[in-house]
Amino acid sequence: MNLVLSPLATVGRKTLGMLAGIGRFIMFLFETISHFFRPPFYVGEFFQALLSIGYFSLPVVGMTALFTGGALALQIYAGGARFNAEAVVPQIVAIGMVRELGPVMVGLMIAARVTSSVAAEIATMRVTEQIDALVTLSTNPMKYLTAPRVLAAVIVVPILVGIGDIIGIAGGFLVSTETLGFNSATYLRNTADFLETTDIVSSLIKGAVFGGIAALMGCYYGMNSGRGAQGVGRATKSSVEAAAVLILAANFALTALLFSA
Amino acid sequence: MIKLDKIHKAFGDNQVLRGATLHIPKGESMVIIGGSGTGKSVALKCVLGLVTPDAGTIMVDGQDVTTADRDAFLARFGMLFQGAALFDSLPVWQNVAFRLLRGSLKRPKAEAREIAIEKLRRVGLKADVADRLPAELSGGMQKRVGLARAIAADPEIIFFDEPTTGLDPIMAGVINDLIREIVVEMGATAMTITHDMTSVRAIADRVAMLHDGVIQWTGTVAEMDQTADPYVQQFIHGKADGPIEAVR
Ligand SMILES: Nc1ncnc2c1ncn2[C@@H]1O[C@H](COP(=O)(O)OP(=O)(O)OP(=O)(O)O)[C@@H](O)[C@H]1O
Ligand SMILES: [Mg+2]
Repeated sequence: MNLVLSPLATVGRKTLGMLAGIGRFIMFLFETISHFFRPPFYVGEFFQALLSIGYFSLPVVGMTALFTGGALALQIYAGGARFNAEAVVPQIVAIGMVRELGPVMVGLMIAARVTSSVAAEIATMRVTEQIDALVTLSTNPMKYLTAPRVLAAVIVVPILVGIGDIIGIAGGFLVSTETLGFNSATYLRNTADFLETTDIVSSLIKGAVFGGIAALMGCYYGMNSGRGAQGVGRATKSSVEAAAVLILAANFALTALLFSA
Repeated sequence: MIKLDKIHKAFGDNQVLRGATLHIPKGESMVIIGGSGTGKSVALKCVLGLVTPDAGTIMVDGQDVTTADRDAFLARFGMLFQGAALFDSLPVWQNVAFRLLRGSLKRPKAEAREIAIEKLRRVGLKADVADRLPAELSGGMQKRVGLARAIAADPEIIFFDEPTTGLDPIMAGVINDLIREIVVEMGATAMTITHDMTSVRAIADRVAMLHDGVIQWTGTVAEMDQTADPYVQQFIHGKADGPIEAVR
């Protein structure tokens, strides 16, 4: 009897645990969103988050996009040559960068850079009782720490994605015109003619979603950190893992939703 | 003013509080003593709602803290944390003036800064620490900044978790006088945790001893010196032998 029941019980417990976790996360999400609309608003915190998430991510986003765009051009040229379609480089670089690689690469870089630092910062605050201190100073930690960071990320990551798209296309352009012998005017015209508004809009939507995921994961794992240095380490690691996986999953879902019609 | 009634709290299978009951009248300075790890800090955090008790009720001003308006309630509180808990991203003066820079007590920056510097002076810190970051201060200095932050908005109820730990004897004296002054002059209700018997004598109206998860004994300082209670005797004289097991 027990032989049959105990594995079932384990599965049940695990499932319940997972559902409880998802429930906690959804409550966290809704609480964060509710603080967007309820005063007081911590404007200073918000602008600081814009700066640290957006502006200071520019170098890493730029480098990532540039090399990705360049490599993409090389691959498409080599691949296209197998069936005499080298000429499609500008179109495929544009569509590949804008629809997929731009948002995903930027999202993952933000997960590496922003999620980790937000999680480590908030977890350290939790462990050193700074979060408790906030409460005793009549300041809601969700409103003061989480809401500004998540809102800033949702606003600024699409901008980063837009910049990443442009730099990625520029990377492809440089490689194509400098080493693959494309005419620069033709390349630019092909890119511009081929891209549609929906491509760009979908790119920015993905950016907003990925930014939200990255900041939320950092805050969620930071707020729920365990005790001590080990707790901070674990919170940081889990937050980046969760953010990266969720970004890739969301990317799949969004691609299916936006481009399958 | 503050009433704890049969508070129970466990972390996992670590039973910390097992029915602690304590009453602190308005305007009194209550000092809690007790061995390390007996749950003194946990008891304070229960009153503030930072830790939720498993059982028991806590009343402040005749209102149950779980149902009272938390914001209005916390606006009257000041708390010094055992580890100071300063915000390390903010300079010292903004830590002290935290409440004065946002929310319902918000006032102009220059005025908030002035108040912060005055409070820093009262805990024996010079104006030049105001623009430093907490990480650049010594442990004792951080503790005093935490104290300045706790009293910055002139709270009616103040909790001090080991205010003199890590301070030199002279500075400890200054802080003891300050706490006494806050209670006497401003009529605040204070709850202080300390291991320092000099501090107990300097600031307490009443003393409560926490042991084994309950308030084992409570009385005035004079009563504390005369009581035959073996727990209190062992504690105030710092003896290794007695009913409190020193080596567990
Ligand atoms: N958040 C927590 N999670 C798990 N256990 C905790 C937590 N907070 C406190 N404890 C445990 O509760 C017990 C009492 O802790 P507390 O900090 O109240 O002690 P204390 O009486 O203030 O001691 P000290 O004088 O050393 O500061 C300890 O055994 C501690 O490990
Ligand atoms: Mg303590």
